[in-house]
Amino acid sequence: MGPFLDFNPFDNLLCILLGISFTVWFTLLLVFIIVPAIFGVSFGIRRLYMKTLLKIFEWATHRIERGAKDNNHLLYKPYSNAIIAKEPTSLEEEINEIRRRGSNRDLDSASEFEMSDIFYFCRRGVESIMDDEVTKRFSAEELESWNLLTRSNYNFQHISLRLTVLWGLGVVIRYGFLLPLRVTLAFTGVGLLVVLTSIIGFLPNGRMKNFFSEQVHLMCYRICVRALTAIITYHDSENKPKNGGICVANHTSPIDVIILASDGCYAMVGQIHGGLMGVIQKSMVKACPHIWFERSEVKDRHLVAKRLSDHVEDTTKLPILIFPEGTCINNTSVMMFKKGSFEIGSTVYPVAIKYDPRFGDAFWNSSQFGMVNYLLRMMSSWAIVCSVWYLPPMTREEGEDAVQFASRVKAAIARQGGLVDLLWDGGLKRGKVKDTFKEEQQKLYSKMLVGTQEDRSLDTPPSSHLN
Amino acid sequence: MGSRASTLLREEEIEEIKKETGFSHSQITRLYSRFTSLDKGENGTLSREDFQRIPELAINPLGDRIINAFFPEGEDQVNFRGFMRTLAHFRPIEDNEKNKDPTASEPLNSRSNKLLFAFRLYDLDRDDKISRDELLQVLRMMVGVNISDEQLGSIADRTIQEADQNGDNSISFNEFIKKVCL
Repeated sequence: MGPFLDFNPFDNLLCILLGISFTVWFTLLLVFIIVPAIFGVSFGIRRLYMKTLLKIFEWATHRIERGAKDNNHLLYKPYSNAIIAKEPTSLEEEINEIRRRGSNRDLDSASEFEMSDIFYFCRRGVESIMDDEVTKRFSAEELESWNLLTRSNYNFQHISLRLTVLWGLGVVIRYGFLLPLRVTLAFTGVGLLVVLTSIIGFLPNGRMKNFFSEQVHLMCYRICVRALTAIITYHDSENKPKNGGICVANHTSPIDVIILASDGCYAMVGQIHGGLMGVIQKSMVKACPHIWFERSEVKDRHLVAKRLSDHVEDTTKLPILIFPEGTCINNTSVMMFKKGSFEIGSTVYPVAIKYDPRFGDAFWNSSQFGMVNYLLRMMSSWAIVCSVWYLPPMTREEGEDAVQFASRVKAAIARQGGLVDLLWDGGLKRGKVKDTFKEEQQKLYSKMLVGTQEDRSLDTPPSSHLN
Repeated sequence: MGSRASTLLREEEIEEIKKETGFSHSQITRLYSRFTSLDKGENGTLSREDFQRIPELAINPLGDRIINAFFPEGEDQVNFRGFMRTLAHFRPIEDNEKNKDPTASEPLNSRSNKLLFAFRLYDLDRDDKISRDELLQVLRMMVGVNISDEQLGSIADRTIQEADQNGDNSISFNEFIKKVCL
């Protein structure tokens, strides 16, 4: 009985208060977030949040600009200050232009080689050092205005007290309130997914099982969407992928999967991982047929193609979701599509995903952050805002091979999403560029030199060729 | 990307670089951002591998020579000042600079400094002469395997014949300027 006599009445009060606040907290969570997620409705809270944030960002940028003007220097704006003055021309045109400017004589007697030819290669080389089209796709996009996150700030010096206070407030809100909320939701969503899909796995195969599996998947993905505070606008939903088709989209981060799968049901393709990912993958496949490969099978292209085509032929199975770039790109461009998924011959449903980087950059720079670090960054940004466009289905045309088909689809996605369409391979993130490109340049230049030689050799007697 | 560089460029440094190279404040900031994004090792200097990671530079036939131009004699690392100094050669000549004080030292992007940069791309051993061998080397880099040794040799011979004026079978800087005539 001894210890109870020392029982402090405040502890009792504290326990009661904690109990009440937890209950209130969870009720609010349930009512405003989880229940709408189950039924797929929305109260519009997130959009209101987004509008408020935008107003605050505009004010913040305005303040920074004013501050910079007071200190009398220009702000660093990544896209407005072009540093290279050039128009795209071909190798031949430019070299001829350089030669014309350099020589006083007429170029009818086109000489084969001029020492000034190196200026062309020299200039192109230095231009690519100052700014190139490829390496900037592998790091997060630079913002023109500041969104109160230190991670996206290049102009930050102490401009005004108000701005710093606002930033501090932002930190408190994001890390103190939003982050714990989101982490709770994320655990809930993933936990429910694993548990419910395992339960559904016990049902006999048939329409009931498919129905429940779809509902469970949708519900859990919607909870995950709310866990990231993702505000998604879907366009042209009449073009949504149907069974027996392949859905292709541009790839920016693992979150792409959550965004697409919360609006429709897909069969995922991927490599089996260990750890938590592996647990999720194994339980998902109990409820509906996803395509998971062992690490060793991934290299075998025929096996991969066979499994994919078997899947699409069975029209009771869900459309496959594939990201043909093969790696995460920073959402300013679309890089080369690998042709594997375009060889299968089924209908392709292209989807364009464009993130609005003002609220939080979704790009996963896998060389900079691991997965957990990345997810924490996502959950401590303001929000993930994106637009999804479902493009009309495409099929391979007569006389078109897989590579051309892939390029056509890529161009359509780039056009819709407002992204730059690049021919470069996303694999350049980690690997070296193939020598064949250099050889092409050399061939083009040699043609310039040798081409004029051939014209010249028509005038000389044939005997001089024999040695 | 830019915020990874914990050392933001200081105002004094920007002013010094401005004076030395003639780039504007925002151009310098922009190029500094570029420098840090290329600097994967995050040690404030670039190595040759950092340059070779740029695909458009790697497929340039003269890529290696251009990269070499950034590194001073015998060194393997270039810092931001050196980077800017080399890039300054390519800044376009602006009209308001043409009538500047003649006693001031020649700006980095003067016509003759630009030509010297190009000359040095040929003249690998820095003996102020482009020999037949050096010319052949550069030609070979630009055409790859598409032209035979003999043809290339005759192109080189013809070029030296046309440019060489003092008969030493190599091209000096002045002969180069006259030939290029820009």
